[in-house]
Amino acid sequence: MPPAGKWRFAGATKSARHLHFAKAPFKVLFMPEGLNDEATELLNATQFDATLRRLAWQILEHHPERKLAFVGIRRRGVPLAARMKSLVAERSPDVALGEVDITFHRDDPDNIEAMLQLGRSRVDIPDLDERCVILFDDVIYTGRTIRAAIDDLLDFGRPAKIELAVVVDRGHRELPIQPDYVGLSHRTGPGEYIRVSLQEEDGRDGVYLHQTKRTPA
Amino acid sequence: MTSTTDHAAIGRKDLIDIESLSGEELRFILDKTPLFKDVMRRKTKKVPVLRGKHVLTLFYEPSTRTRSSFEIAAKRLSADVTNFTVSTSSVVKGETVVDTISTLQSLQVDFIIVRHSAAGIANLIAKHSPASVINAGDGFHAHPTQALLDAYTIEERLGGVAGKRVIIVGDILHSRVARSTSMILRKLGAKVAVLGPGPLIPDERHDDIVALRDFKEAFEWKPDVIYLLRIQLERQKDQFFPSLHEYHRLYGVTDDRLKHIRKEGIWIMHPGPVNRGVELVDDVMHYEKCLINEQVENGIAARMSVLYWLQLGSLKREDG
Repeated sequence: MPPAGKWRFAGATKSARHLHFAKAPFKVLFMPEGLNDEATELLNATQFDATLRRLAWQILEHHPERKLAFVGIRRRGVPLAARMKSLVAERSPDVALGEVDITFHRDDPDNIEAMLQLGRSRVDIPDLDERCVILFDDVIYTGRTIRAAIDDLLDFGRPAKIELAVVVDRGHRELPIQPDYVGLSHRTGPGEYIRVSLQEEDGRDGVYLHQTKRTPA
Repeated sequence: MTSTTDHAAIGRKDLIDIESLSGEELRFILDKTPLFKDVMRRKTKKVPVLRGKHVLTLFYEPSTRTRSSFEIAAKRLSADVTNFTVSTSSVVKGETVVDTISTLQSLQVDFIIVRHSAAGIANLIAKHSPASVINAGDGFHAHPTQALLDAYTIEERLGGVAGKRVIIVGDILHSRVARSTSMILRKLGAKVAVLGPGPLIPDERHDDIVALRDFKEAFEWKPDVIYLLRIQLERQKDQFFPSLHEYHRLYGVTDDRLKHIRKEGIWIMHPGPVNRGVELVDDVMHYEKCLINEQVENGIAARMSVLYWLQLGSLKREDG
């Protein structure tokens, strides 16, 4: 047994329940480059699932008319939107799905790393103008990504309404943009970075707080 | 995370020919092309990627299509475009190309798209200008964006270029399209053959390019694509073949040949503009596997992709 407060994710041997009771900070084994591997778990897989379900309920509650389109912001917003669609499928089977890539509309087109990540926007929704679009992203920070995503979306039409759902709001907005649905608010301090891990992209669900020397993206 | 291949693919200042492009560079441009094609399907067919950049088209040879294609490509990326045409310029007053460039340079353009009847002019301009230069055809030398759009069209409709068999028909000797397109197709792993009047088939050609004598041989070669080159009527005074009628009979897609092409499911391509009744009969234009109009659309997308690629290249060079 590792000492208390020093849990290691050695494969999938520990259930999410155990992790929930682990003391932070603890170590994770798989880590993106540039991040310190000391991480605090803000949401474990069970809590993550509960958070998404709560967001799904809130969205349904706000939209009795059910004319919805879920549009994910590449990359992590895309699997989020798809998962959300399945969460509301029973009560709202007719949710259109789309995805936007923000590269064309970035306000820093001289950021070569970002411009290299050009991907495809897919908004093939014939009645887009009659639907309320919920944009999905994993984290909202400066708000600049959301601005670009809205601009990209508007190239495809004029949705009846656009709302925003995020798993984590980490604060520090640089534009007057606020999310309509928030899973977790955690205002980050200097050198802190939020990582949302998704089953589809990263192999497990969860939200982690990291320390980083890198400029957070 | 960006891949290292993507980084290897950017940094070049100019697009002069296909020959000098690496595999990574070719892949980068071709792989991004469908993303730009998607832009044209949007309700707003314009993205602000090259906002504030200035593109100059410098055409010393008439070409409505290629110039318009570049102009549309640049405008869909939100660049400003100035067309500098021979008839309205001081070229008629005897200004040299290099003098013109230094004059144009004071206009602070970011991209120069050049077409000239002399091979090597694009390269000369590239050497004298800090702007990114795109060769839109220089003499018999090269027409790299045509090659890119052709390769993309085959890739998109035939599911890949490698292993495909392409016959290029027409005036191979004087064709920069034949030169650039055969080059890119071979680089991507296609088999290329040529067919045309004897005097118009270059004696010196790459070993793996097969020269076919007639359409009978061509059909026996089992092509996937027949690529028809435009017969440049203005060059007909040099008498490389007896008459246009004769050319059509021997090397054109006639009604009979179209029947066979249809039966075999062979794709037809042509860089445009077509001379109906010379390279092909009218019915070819309605043939379901005729890709001529798609080539036009893909031309805009491929040129957008080239502009984007060169823009990233200039960012990378600024970064050092």
